[in-house]
Order: sequence, then C-alpha cells, then structure tokens
Amino acid sequence: MTDVNTQGGASVTIPPMVLAEQVSKSFGSNEVLKSISLEVKRGEVMCLVGPSGSGKSTFLRCINHLEVLSAGRLSVDGELIGYREANGKLFEMAPKEAARQRRDIGMVFQRFNLFPHMTALQNVMEAPIRVKGLPKAQVEQSALDLLARVGLAERANYYPAHLSGGQQQRVAIARALAMEPKLMLFDEPTSALDPELVGEVLDVMKGLAKSGMTMIVVTHEMGFAKEVADSLVFMDGGVVVEAGDPDEILTNPQHRRTQAFLSKVL
Amino acid sequence: MAIKLRHPLRMVFAILIVVIFVSIVVDAAVRPAYDWPAVGKYLFDRRISQAAVVTLQLTVYSMVIAIILGVILAVMRLSPNPVVKSLAWFYLWVFRGTPVYVQLTIWGLISLIYSSIDIGIPFMDPWVSFSTNAALSTFTIAIIGLALNEAAYMAEIVRAGLLAVDRGQEEAATALGMSWAQTMTRVILPQSMRVIIPPTGNEVISMLKTTSLVTAVPFSFELFTRSRDISAETFNPIPLLIVASIWYLFFTSILMVGQYFLEKRFARGVGDRQPDRKDAVGTATGTFTGVVPVVGAGQPTVIAPSGQDDPPANPGGVK
Repeated sequence: MTDVNTQGGASVTIPPMVLAEQVSKSFGSNEVLKSISLEVKRGEVMCLVGPSGSGKSTFLRCINHLEVLSAGRLSVDGELIGYREANGKLFEMAPKEAARQRRDIGMVFQRFNLFPHMTALQNVMEAPIRVKGLPKAQVEQSALDLLARVGLAERANYYPAHLSGGQQQRVAIARALAMEPKLMLFDEPTSALDPELVGEVLDVMKGLAKSGMTMIVVTHEMGFAKEVADSLVFMDGGVVVEAGDPDEILTNPQHRRTQAFLSKVL
Repeated sequence: MAIKLRHPLRMVFAILIVVIFVSIVVDAAVRPAYDWPAVGKYLFDRRISQAAVVTLQLTVYSMVIAIILGVILAVMRLSPNPVVKSLAWFYLWVFRGTPVYVQLTIWGLISLIYSSIDIGIPFMDPWVSFSTNAALSTFTIAIIGLALNEAAYMAEIVRAGLLAVDRGQEEAATALGMSWAQTMTRVILPQSMRVIIPPTGNEVISMLKTTSLVTAVPFSFELFTRSRDISAETFNPIPLLIVASIWYLFFTSILMVGQYFLEKRFARGVGDRQPDRKDAVGTATGTFTGVVPVVGAGQPTVIAPSGQDDPPANPGGVK
C-alpha cells in the first residue's frame, strides 16, 4: 500500500491497482496457478513472462473474472473481483455485477477477437453505446479520436477481414480503450502477428505506457519488457519464480529456471 | 499462341440434351392429358388463389413460431442446467423422431384426448374452461402441428449456428462488460446468422410443401387439398395438379430471392471478397460503383463509375 500525504498532513491510503493474494486456479485435478501473490501499482507496467503452460494467461484472465478463482483473493483498485465480502464470507457476484467490474478493465487478446460483422469504427463504438449507454454522436467522435491515436483514422470504415493482423490488433486496443479503463490487460498481443507487424503494435503499447496507463502484459517480447516494463515477473509451473526489475532479471537471472528460459528466448 | 484443346464431345452432348428437352416441351404442349386450357382457367380461379394465400399463411405462421421456439430450444440445449438441457433433448427426440403426418393426425384428434382446456391451479377448480373444439380451429391446430414439429429441426440449426461462432467472440464481448443478452443479440447471433440462414431457407421451402399434409388434421383449405377437391368435381386431376405446382414454384422462387438478399446482408465483413463497399460509397461522393443484382435480369447489371456528382437516377433498373 502506498501512503500519500495530503496537504493537511492526513494520510490517505491508496490501494494498489491490482492486488493478488494466494490466487490459485485448478481445472479439474490440474492445478494451473499455485498461490500467486502479486501487486501492481498505479501507472505500473508489468510484464509476465514464462514458458507456455506456466499459467500467465490464466492469471491474466482471473483479473477480470473470465476465470473463476479456486482459492485466494484478487482485487482491482481496492475492489474485490467477482466476489462480495460480508460477515467474513465471500459471496459470488451476479453476472451483472461482474460485468460492471469488467467495464473498467480493458483486455486485448492474442487472436484480436474483433467483431467481424462490424467495421473498425463500429467495433470501437459498440461497448460505450451498449454498455455505458452514451449518445452515439459523442461516442463516434471519441472513437475516431482513438482510431487516430492508434494510427488507423483512414481505416475506420474497414471490416476486420480487410485489415492486416497488426491493424486489427491496434483496433482491438482502441476498442478496449474506448471504455476508458483504469487497467489494461494484454494476453500475448503480438504472438499471432507476422514478425514485421509486431513493431506497430508494440509502438502503440509504448505510447499507452507513457501516458500513464496501468498495464499487465503477457509477452514473449523481451525487448519490450526491457524497454517499457517497470517490473517483470517470471512464472513457471503455476508459481512466480522470480519478480523484480526487468533489467536485473534479464541480465542477471537468479533462479535456475529463469536462466534456462531466458537462454532460449534471448 | 497455342491452339486450345478442343472438346468435340461437349458439343455433341449439349446438342443432344437441348434436342431431348425441346422435344419433351413440344410434346407436353400438345398432349391432351395436360389440358393446358384448363390449367389457364384454374390458375387464377378464386378458390385456388385463396387456397394459395392460406398455404402461405400456414407457412409463415408456423415458421415464425418454429424459429422462435427453435431459438429457445437451442439455448436450452446449451444451458448448464441439466434438467433444462434434458427437457430440450426430450422434445427433440419426440418431435423429430415421429412423422409429421402422424403428429398432424394426433393434433387433429386433440379434442378426443383433451375435451376441454382449463386455466387455473392444477387439481383445483379451473378459473376458465373452454371446449377444445370451440377454442382451436383446424387452421390453428394445423399451425400448432407444423410449428412444433419444425421447431425441433430449427433448434438443431440454431444450435449449430451458435456453436460455429468462435469462443473468443463471447470472451471479447464479456471482457468489454457486455451482458449475456447483449453478447447474444449483438455479437453471437448476428454472426451465427451466416450459418443459420441457408438451412433455414431450406426449411421454409420444405415447410411450404409440408403444408400439403395438413389434410391429416383435417384442414382442407390449402392449395393441394383444394385443387384435389376441385378435380374431384371436374374429374380432371392433372391440370389442377399443374396449377398447384405452379403456385408452389412461384412461392419457392420468391423465397429463394429473399434468401439471397438475407445471406448477402449477414455476410458483412466475412463473405465479401470485394473491397469495402461502404468505404467506396463514402469516398466516391455519391457515385455508385460495383455490381447490382437485378432480379429476373439474368445477367447482373454492371454500373461503371460515371464520374458525375449525382448518383444514377435508377441504379437497379438500368438494362
């Protein structure tokens, strides 16, 4: 927790953006996450790296309750995700309340998952209109601004099928940003892209990080992690093996498993 | 320039087929049994055209009910609740597993099974009670019978459509904070339409023809039974069968055109391989570019960009 001294000298406690306490997740008998504890501060960019099957994506999906936790607790901006606490007991939330929590958490997927029957502009406008109920004219203007921000102003009326992978992923980022989230989750955003298209997506993400957005990025792009991330977490076999400053971990990994992994990807 | 490979047999077959086809047509035109003057006389006979309207009503009403019921059953089959799931499965098992003719006959006998329809709390005195015969006309019974049978098939078509949509779509919508209902109506259903429409078109056409079975109810005011009844008086069945066939063909042709446009509409962003039409219209200051299908024109009419600021006055009708 961060203590901020206001002018009057009284101290107000600001909760971290994401606080995971002993988060566990099993699919049947397969334990994918084993008691993960992590903290992400406001404005922090955290990169999650590790071999496939290490539980990085599952952890990311737990943060916006796309996966239900098996044990532990997870809160975003001080608010417990997916559960309500009363009398020391946790009660599962109704879908409507979980949906309300997801509004503030943007997510970008490996396979983009743009709505193929809508144009880029319609993709970006859909949630603000349907979920927030904002007037169409206002949403259209801010959607066009967002598309301009990811460099796709001229592609606003294109359907996803007529866009390259990199362009689609940038539209997907704009779509997530349209809900004005306080936290952005990226699930391997460049893994499905041709190598020459990776750069344009990473550039958009760098700009977003510079603007002060809190971001958790599951990635294999170690260059991005080194340049942009404030912290780096290495996961393997459902546990956090090593966490800390990206430069330190990438240049001087302490743990044997981290060393083995980095020797393969760097 | 190389000399193209010749296909002499193709020409021979083509000529042969045309000759056979023409001779059948010429023969049919003069054969007395077809009695073409009678066909012409009865084609627009008031009794026949009224029966054609009734057939269309039976088709439309029962299809609408079947589609609504089919969507409900499909969602039930995908429900996590095992009781709801089993109920939908049981419905399918019964209504798909028995012939529609048998079902229609049973519906026709409904008043023997349930002589009155009571509304109220079970095992208590009913609040309202009707006699089944008075409450349900044979027309209503025919629609119920056709719709409940068709719903079983529609349920499977809709379920296939829902399952064909990538799971990532639901996830993306959920992650944006959309509710289940919004996800279904805005994201999943519009995409599944592409898969649902072609077999549904088949089902509508099949339903149009299945209406001829409602004589089992017995309901006798639709096209086929009506034309049989007329021919029973005139002792001339063949021209009336041709009359009925022409009407069925006329309706199925209209349905096929409708299906074409529906498919086009729901292929947005996926099925079209041309550059984006919407964008082209937006930047071309009103000039209409591309291919416009014209019903009945045989060849699609191509309208080249004219370079004028005004769109063509009548884009569909240029020939």
